[in-house]
Amino acid sequence: MEKRELVIIGAGPAGLTSAIYGKRSGLDVLLLEKGIPGGQINVTDEIENWTGVIHASGAELADSFRKHAEHFKAEFRDVEVRSIDLSNGRKIVKTDSGDIEAEAVIIATGASFKKLGAPGEGEFTGRGVSYCAVCDGAFFEDQEIAVIGGGNTAVEEAVYLTQFASKVTIIHRRDSFRADRVAIERAMSNPRIDVIWNTVVEEIAGEDMVEKLVLKNVRTGDITELPVTGVFVFAGMDPNVSFMKGLVDSVGGGWIVTNERMETSVEGVFAAGDVRDKYLRQVITAAGDGATAAMAASAYISEQLHIQGLLLEPEHVTAFVFSSIDEPQARLASDIEKALAGTDARLVLLDGYRNKRIVEKLGIKELPALAEFKKGDLSRQQHIASLDEAVKFIS
Amino acid sequence: MIELNKDNFEEEVLKSDLPVLVDLWGPKCGPCLALMPQVEDLSHEFEGKVKFCKLNVAENRKLVISLRVMGVPTFLFYKGGEIVDRLSGAEAVPDAIKAKVRDLA
Ligand SMILES: Cc1cc2nc3c(=O)[nH]c(=O)nc-3n(C[C@H](O)[C@H](O)[C@H](O)COP(=O)(O)OP(=O)(O)OC[C@H]3O[C@@H](n4cnc5c(N)ncnc54)[C@H](O)[C@@H]3O)c2cc1C
Repeated sequence: MEKRELVIIGAGPAGLTSAIYGKRSGLDVLLLEKGIPGGQINVTDEIENWTGVIHASGAELADSFRKHAEHFKAEFRDVEVRSIDLSNGRKIVKTDSGDIEAEAVIIATGASFKKLGAPGEGEFTGRGVSYCAVCDGAFFEDQEIAVIGGGNTAVEEAVYLTQFASKVTIIHRRDSFRADRVAIERAMSNPRIDVIWNTVVEEIAGEDMVEKLVLKNVRTGDITELPVTGVFVFAGMDPNVSFMKGLVDSVGGGWIVTNERMETSVEGVFAAGDVRDKYLRQVITAAGDGATAAMAASAYISEQLHIQGLLLEPEHVTAFVFSSIDEPQARLASDIEKALAGTDARLVLLDGYRNKRIVEKLGIKELPALAEFKKGDLSRQQHIASLDEAVKFIS
Repeated sequence: MIELNKDNFEEEVLKSDLPVLVDLWGPKCGPCLALMPQVEDLSHEFEGKVKFCKLNVAENRKLVISLRVMGVPTFLFYKGGEIVDRLSGAEAVPDAIKAKVRDLA
């Protein structure tokens, strides 16, 4: 089976940033992407909140991200991940073109727009129902259309669509937008934009093509109709996790839970970007997650190598695990080393402050401690308060 | 794959002896561009059995609207000059396209 150090699933802003940080920290990096690098930003025409770039199209930004990752020689592969096998502590990523065993995996598969679930939605997709304004906006030249949703994406895409449509009605189920102020002001001051609040879509109707929406006011229950030829759905998202359902802890509809280091509930599996349970889903936060995940993955991989080489390969070895920032502990470390000099006991000093995960894994509650390994297995471990205790443990 | 326009549409699609797949795509449509290489692969696999054509919606707006298409990616499947099947948006994934091509062949 193919063996790689870091396998990143998804080449959106999160995955591409992970690849840059991963390569720069010296890892062998493989990026798996089923579509085109760049992810969701490929379907928007205007990005104005990526620091340092006042205005760029999504495709331009996507291209520059991809080039940046290629510059550091990250390897790309055009493939869809079907599943991940995490049994026996291994991490095997399964694709149509073979399985790959990874030392660490970063899940950066992003999110996709939710379906509304209204009758007519599936039937009229491609005939008036759309989830991509740059793809389909030009079809609606001089037509009246609707945008469903009230977040940043809905409000911004509604403004974009006024380039084509003569009128854009935003339909939102609440009584205010959840978007940033610049976006809201731009929409509200645009003469081609109307808003219908507290309203949901009951049905998308028409003969061959979309002709009207049946709307329901959630406060009054009133049913009305709105004649439109197009409807763009930007109401809520779902994480792209169908290939790994249940493998790591998640909330809601599958949003992956991580800690501050982007670690999931499974060791060696990290998550970054929109696929995470997080407060703000944007390019810049996805990139930030990607950087953190790659650095944490890099630390994880070197820890594993460290353990492998120092503790698991020798016949018999004892590790003194201590905190390097605690002076008495550091002193005790060198005292133990001196006391054992000339004996045949094999001692390894391990900085538990920098390798918290190892400390946890060995079941050590309090530093400093000694841990004895025989043929790759932990045979015993104990908190150590003095040189005497240490010598007793070892002999 | 054959590039379609209003001048060759009838000849290549409506009068074709072979069944035809029409891939409607746009230059700004990321999902369309992502699918393109896989559709190209399929066109080789079904060489001689199904004719593969592509239609750029940005350059052929009128023709596309006359086909009752208002969104991309959309795939239309023709047999004997008639549309027998279609796939649009998120439905248009490689597996589904392949299954419909197999039905045509
Ligand atoms: C219309 C629109 C407008 C937006 N406007 C802005 C904006 O102005 N500013 C801003 O900051 N943000 C904007 N966003 C949000 C921004 O695009 C996302 O927050 C960002 O792209 C998230 O990055 P990501 O890397 O986490 O995921 P994504 O961008 O979703 O990338 C995930 C990648 O993983 C791939 N993938 C998924 N599953 C698999 C699999 N099984 N195997 C292989 N590959 C897989 C996908 O193909 C995709 O390329 C917008 C989003 C949309 C849709």
